[in-house]
Amino acid sequence: MANTKKTNKEPLFHIVKRDNMSWPKRLLIYAIAIIIGFLITSVFCAVSNEKGKGVWDMFISVYKGSFGTERKIWIFLQELALLLGVSLAILPSFKMKFWNLGANGQVLISCLACYACMYYGDKAGASPNFIIPLMIICSISAGVIWAVIPAIFKALFKTNESLFTLMMNYLAVGLVSVFITIWFPKGSGSVKPINTIVLPDIYKKQVLTLIVVSVLTVFMTLYLKMSKQGFEVSLVGESENTARYVGINVKKVVIRTLILSGIICGIIGLLLVGSINHSVNENMANNRGFTAIMTAWLAKFNPLAMILTCGLITFISNGMSQVRMDFGFYNNALSNIILGVIYFFIIGCDFFITYKIVFRKKAKKQKKEVN
Amino acid sequence: MGQITPVNQINKSFKIAERRIAVNRSVPAIELKNVTKRFGEVVANKNVNLSVNRGEILSLLGENGSGKTTLMNMISGIYYPDEGDIFIDGKLVNISSPKDAFEHGIGMIHQHFKLVDVFTAAQNIVLGVDDGKKFSIKKVNSRVKEIADKYGFEIDVKKKIYDMSVSEKQTIEIIKVLYRGADILILDEPTAVLTPQETVKLFAILKKMKEDGKSVIIITHKLNEVMEISDRVAILRKGEYIGTVNTAETNEKELTEMMVGKKVDLQIQRLKTDFDKPLLEIRDLSVKGDDGSVKIKDVSFYIRGGEILGVAGVAGCGQKELCEAVAGLRKIDSGLVMHKGESLIGLTPKQIIEKGVSMSFIPEDRLGMGLAPNFSITDNMMLKSYNDGKGPFVDRKTARKNAAALIKKLEIVTPSTETPIRRLSGGNVQKVLVGREIEAGPNVIVTAYPVRGLDINSSYVIYDILNEQKQKGTGILFIGEDLDVMLALCDKIMVLCHGKNMGIVHASKVTKEDIGLMMTGSKNLTEEKVYGKAKDSHLSEQEWEEKKTNTKEAED
Repeated sequence: MANTKKTNKEPLFHIVKRDNMSWPKRLLIYAIAIIIGFLITSVFCAVSNEKGKGVWDMFISVYKGSFGTERKIWIFLQELALLLGVSLAILPSFKMKFWNLGANGQVLISCLACYACMYYGDKAGASPNFIIPLMIICSISAGVIWAVIPAIFKALFKTNESLFTLMMNYLAVGLVSVFITIWFPKGSGSVKPINTIVLPDIYKKQVLTLIVVSVLTVFMTLYLKMSKQGFEVSLVGESENTARYVGINVKKVVIRTLILSGIICGIIGLLLVGSINHSVNENMANNRGFTAIMTAWLAKFNPLAMILTCGLITFISNGMSQVRMDFGFYNNALSNIILGVIYFFIIGCDFFITYKIVFRKKAKKQKKEVN
Repeated sequence: MGQITPVNQINKSFKIAERRIAVNRSVPAIELKNVTKRFGEVVANKNVNLSVNRGEILSLLGENGSGKTTLMNMISGIYYPDEGDIFIDGKLVNISSPKDAFEHGIGMIHQHFKLVDVFTAAQNIVLGVDDGKKFSIKKVNSRVKEIADKYGFEIDVKKKIYDMSVSEKQTIEIIKVLYRGADILILDEPTAVLTPQETVKLFAILKKMKEDGKSVIIITHKLNEVMEISDRVAILRKGEYIGTVNTAETNEKELTEMMVGKKVDLQIQRLKTDFDKPLLEIRDLSVKGDDGSVKIKDVSFYIRGGEILGVAGVAGCGQKELCEAVAGLRKIDSGLVMHKGESLIGLTPKQIIEKGVSMSFIPEDRLGMGLAPNFSITDNMMLKSYNDGKGPFVDRKTARKNAAALIKKLEIVTPSTETPIRRLSGGNVQKVLVGREIEAGPNVIVTAYPVRGLDINSSYVIYDILNEQKQKGTGILFIGEDLDVMLALCDKIMVLCHGKNMGIVHASKVTKEDIGLMMTGSKNLTEEKVYGKAKDSHLSEQEWEEKKTNTKEAED
């Protein structure tokens, strides 16, 4: 009878799946999660800094990190645009349930291709009018090649795309290192910026990036929502069997979509080198390929909502750099931990959006007591 | 139950049984009082009251989506009720996990078996049982044999699961719960996968269990089975408890009315039409399954315009592979598929659709093929036609109009055309699928399990649609589960057994028992006569031979 006694008690709580939650309620939960995340980290910062900064100082620093000066605003916009661009690149493949974890490598390899054009063009003294189109073609092709290789293997041999794309990242990093040592054998591996052959600035350096990414956002929104190809992409993601059954060539769609991903990564690489940095290094992609997975997922694969999520993530990470300076955290890891805590809250609140927790009912308890 | 059986002496589950014996027989074995379960806004069960006595078989009857499975899942610990109480032997209990349910002696036999393929019968039965004693496969074997002998199961304890037929697997599932000392058994649509002969055997076993004092709850759609096996029938409708009636005091018609809530005409018409020339002719077709084994072996048949050809067979005897081969989704090993005298082999699925061959296969999850669950009705409507118009964009306007028209025509219950179809009930989902296929105006319809899991009303809507198409001169290949329906609806029935054609019979001249024998391979009409070759074929026999050698040469 011991068993029955044990099970006669209703468990403390049950986890129940919710129906769809309305957008305002959803945003509210996100806002609460972010605020809690910030509050906890601000206490942590206040306790652990040696400059005597208080709890509220962190909020000031975070704000200053993105909006403190005009330059910072421009950098915020530029970082937002780059992250959004990479998010747009992985979006169609993720919508197709092709887990492309290699956007980082795809961007980096096109950075390399772009710089290679600039380097050899500069060496040969070629005209920018000739080299710039070459830069565009080479960056985009490099991005496409890096994205399409895993796609072809997936389509033809059913290889696992996550591992394959991930591996391609390391390959890209390795290639950049190799070429840097070939081009600059002496010196500390620093790459000489080439300022003679670059993409033209419009008003400010960042504006070109902003324009290009805006166009890409509009394009991707239309592509996924309205176009025939976008329809095929969602259908393959939704049910491969159904796609096959209605006569879609799934292999073709997989490869075509990854070509699109590669093109966008190539454009981002082109902007990074040709417009913004004019040089190349192994960290140029700055893990955007991975951050983009988070921003795309949080936005529920909606390109317009992605502007918000990319803005949020950029705001937090820029803010954290500022906190590091203001609070005198010499250790990079510390601000990364803080960043992680806030991310944790943002991602964790998804649980409360999908599920609700039902606690043991008091009424029933009372009834039992009466009995 | 008066004497202790040797079966129960070994396991600790014996203790549970012993506890039961002491209990007053007049108290129901299991009783539910005002049980309510909600999923979000949907009420799956509302104030359900139910009781089952010892030594009784209760049928749980209800249309699809009426909450039968949800209710049983609450008894077996998978869901937890929002409101209401469950009593076992008159005591209030709390079942919050399948383990709790098992400790209360409740065993559920699911529709989809949960067995380890590479293990033997005995290994599967004993899996997860921890009686604190040294494991001895000999003892297990002898106990399994005891249980089998007691209730009349036929079982080979050393046989591996992958060598077993569906019916044998089901036997293992039942013995599994008996081995664990269950005395309240729940069976979820156990006969759906069985041949008529196997069903008779199962019912004999259930009756023995009943005599042994066990309580059995059986979920089923089939009214004739309800009448045959059960002592009482409990009826659910749209999650609400309608009532319990004594089987002896009711009839099929009354039960249907209680279940549906209104009078229903249970006649399926077999319309007489003028048959046209064969539309689809298949000869000596052989197809392999995903695992490389031969699933369809040298099958020949043909479908005329205005004819419904049924395909009967035990689950997994090549139905899926046959459908996929016709639709161009699966590679054909050998044989010919001719549509109006032209070969379909080598064409892409898209080209075959364009020829007017429609295939709809309703898999067990009902959404896997032909529909995209998260897409709206509009988007699902244009799955096959999205690419038709010019320009890079899809034409949602027309699709929306078509969707609205279909909703009206087939009385699909939905909030709007933009509702994702996973939110619709099973019947409405299938109406969308069948409706879309017919909208495209096909001349051959291959449809597998179009009424799978549907309630009576929706099933009849689907039969009507098929009959309507038949009158229009469409050739229909109907792959079904329910032999009664096939006998009433189809003109001819082809019976498959392990992918081989056992013969093609006229539905009006054959008995259910004969088909059952053919399904298990004990009767093979093809030994006496050649089936499936039309005399008025589009091609002469000579041309067929030529085609055959041509394809062979092409392969070499």
